Amino acid sequence: MFDTLFSLDILQATLRMATPLFLAALGGLFSERSGVVNIALEGLMLLGAFFAAVGSYFTGNPWLGVLTAMIVSALFAGIHALVSIRYKADQVVSGTALNLLAGGLTVFLLNVIFNTSGTSPNVPKLPTWLWFNPIVYIGLVLVIIVHYIIWYTPFGLRIRSVGEHPMAADTVGINVYTLRYICVILSGVFAGLAGADLAIGELSIFRQGMSGGRGFIALAALIFGKWTPLGALGASLLFGYAQAAQMRLIGFSIPSEFIEMIPYIVTMVALAGVVGRSTPPAAVGKPYEKGNR
Amino acid sequence: MKRYFKLIALILVFTFVVSLGLMGCAKKEEPKKEEPKKEEPAPAETKKPKVGIVLSSGGKGDKSFNDAALRGLDMAKAEGIIDDYHYTEPPDISKDEESLRFYAEEGYDLVIGVGFMMETAMKNVAEEFSKTNFAIIDAVVDKPNVASLVFKEEEGSFLAGALAAMITTSKMPMANDQKVVGFVGGMDMPLIHKFQGGFEQGVKYIDDSIQVIAKYAGTEPSAFNDPPKGKELAKAEIEAGADVIYHASGGTGAGVFEAAEENNIYAIGVDSDQNWMKPGFIIASMLKKVDVAVFETTKAVAENRFKAGVQVFDTKADGVGLTDLENLTVVEKQAKEAGDITDEQLNKIKEMKDSMPQEFKEKIKEIREKIISGEIKVIDVTAKK
Repeated sequence: MFDTLFSLDILQATLRMATPLFLAALGGLFSERSGVVNIALEGLMLLGAFFAAVGSYFTGNPWLGVLTAMIVSALFAGIHALVSIRYKADQVVSGTALNLLAGGLTVFLLNVIFNTSGTSPNVPKLPTWLWFNPIVYIGLVLVIIVHYIIWYTPFGLRIRSVGEHPMAADTVGINVYTLRYICVILSGVFAGLAGADLAIGELSIFRQGMSGGRGFIALAALIFGKWTPLGALGASLLFGYAQAAQMRLIGFSIPSEFIEMIPYIVTMVALAGVVGRSTPPAAVGKPYEKGNR
Repeated sequence: MKRYFKLIALILVFTFVVSLGLMGCAKKEEPKKEEPKKEEPAPAETKKPKVGIVLSSGGKGDKSFNDAALRGLDMAKAEGIIDDYHYTEPPDISKDEESLRFYAEEGYDLVIGVGFMMETAMKNVAEEFSKTNFAIIDAVVDKPNVASLVFKEEEGSFLAGALAAMITTSKMPMANDQKVVGFVGGMDMPLIHKFQGGFEQGVKYIDDSIQVIAKYAGTEPSAFNDPPKGKELAKAEIEAGADVIYHASGGTGAGVFEAAEENNIYAIGVDSDQNWMKPGFIIASMLKKVDVAVFETTKAVAENRFKAGVQVFDTKADGVGLTDLENLTVVEKQAKEAGDITDEQLNKIKEMKDSMPQEFKEKIKEIREKIISGEIKVIDVTAKK
C-alpha cells in the first residue's frame, strides 16, 4: 500500500488534477488581491472549456482553442469587472449571475452549434509532452511568474495596495479602477486556461457542466493558500493528492464523500485561524468610491 | 462617455436576463407551433397520438440514454405512428414535475418521463391527470395510468462482464498479462449497482480468479457529467492492471474512453452504441434498448392498447444485449455518414471486431441463449430478498 501512495503514477495524477485548480486559483488571486471577490471562477472555467473545444473544433488547431478560451473567458470576466467596479454592484451577486449564465449559455450554444445538449463531438486535443499536456507545464511556470509579479514588481505592489487600502493607493497616484479592471480580466484569462486544460488538455470533448465544482475548489485552494501563488499551488496539490489517493485505495477505502469535503473543511479551518490564520485582503469585496472615507 | 457606459450596461443586463431565461425555457419547444397537418388522412382506425417527453440530466445528445429515448420516438415518426413529438430538458430535477404537468395540461396523449429521478414527480402528476397515459423509464410508479418500463441491466452487463473476462485472459493486441478488469460508475446508487453486479457475475462466470475493480465518480447526479474525473478513475484502474473497462456513467464515460485511448486498453460502452466515440478502443457497448421500449409504448397508445403496469425489457425481449461483435452496426455507419468519424476510423472499428477470436463471439451467443432459457440466472444485486 505504501508504494501505491508514493508511486510515480499517483504523483502524476496529483499534478493532472491539481492543474485546473491552481490555474483558476491564480486567476482568483489577481482578482481578490486587487479587491474584487471572484466566485465566478467556476463559470469562467466552464466557458473556457466550452470555447476551447469550439475553437479547436473549427480551426482544427488545439492551440487556437486555448487562445479562444482565454479571450472569451477574459471578456466574460470583463462583465464581472464592469458590474462590480464601474457599477459597484455586489460582487458575490455578480459572480453568481455569471456562474448561472455560464451554465445556461454553454448548453444553449451546444444546441446551436452541435445540436446536442450533452457532449460535443470529438475535437483535436493538445499533444502530450513527456508525461503531461503542455498546459500543466505552462501552469507551473505561471505560478513562478505570478509569484514574482505579486511580490517583487511595482505592479504587484500596486495590486496588493489597491486590495488592502485603495484610498491610500489612490492618493499616491495609482489608478484603482484601471488596476482592478486589469486584475479581474486576468482572472478570466487564467480561468479560461484552466477550462482549456479540462476540455482539450485532458480530454477531447466538452461536456455540459464539466467544470464540476472545480472553480469553487480553486477558490478554497486560494483561501487555504493564504492568497499567495505558492500557497495556492500547495493547496491544489494537496487536494489533488487526496483525490488521487482515494481513487487508488481499494479495500482500505475512505468514503469518497469525505475526500470531497476536504477542500471545504480545510478552508473553514484556515479562515477560523486554527493553524495560522488566513486573512483576506482588507478591501476585498468593497467597491471603491473615489473621495469616500 | 458616460452615456456609452449606460448603454453597455443596459445591453449587459439584457444579455443576462435573456441568458437566464434561456436556461429554463429555450430548450422547451412550444407545442403551440404544432399544427396537425390534415393533408393525408391516416390509415382509418389509428389516431395519431400527441407525445411529450421529459428528458433527464444529460439531455438531448448525451449519446446514451436520452438519445435512445428520442430515437424511439423518431422511429415512431418515421413509421407514421406519430406526426411529431415534443421534448423538454428540465434544468434540474426540481423542474421535472412542472415539465410533466405541462404536457398533461396541454392534453398530450402520452407523456414519457426518462429516468428514475422522475419517480416522485411522475407519481404526483399521474395522480392529478388520471386520464392521461404516462410512461416512465427505469422506475416503477404504481398508478393505473402509468406504464413503468424497466430493464434487466444486470443481464446485459453480465454479457459485458463475460466478454471483458475473455479479453483480459486472451492474447488480443491490447490485453495485458494481468487478470484484472475495471468498472466505472457514475453516481453511486442502486441503479448503477445493478450494472456493476451483473458485470461482476459475468466476469466470474468465465473465470473466478479475475479481479474486478469498481469505482464511482460521485454521489450526486453531477457524477454523470464529469469526464475529467472519469478519466482519472479509469487511469487509476489501468495502473492496477485493468485492460478492459466497462462504464455505466453517462457523460463521465467520455473520460473513460479518453483514458482507454491514452493507455491502449479496451473500453465497453453503455446504453447506446458508443463504439464510434473512440474508434478502435471501444470493443462493444451494452445496449439498453430504451428506443424499443419507447417505440412499443407509443405504438400501443396509437393502437389503443396502452397497458399500465410494469413492463420488463430483458434479454428475452431483446431489451438488453451487446452490440454486434461481428459486423458494423447501423449506428456506427451513421456516425460515418454524419461525418463524426472518418472512413479510416470506421475501418478501425471493423478491424477491432475482426481481431476478436471467433470463439468469443460464439461463447457470448451461447451465454445469451442460456440467460434466455433461464439456465444462467443473473442476480439483481439491488433486489430485496
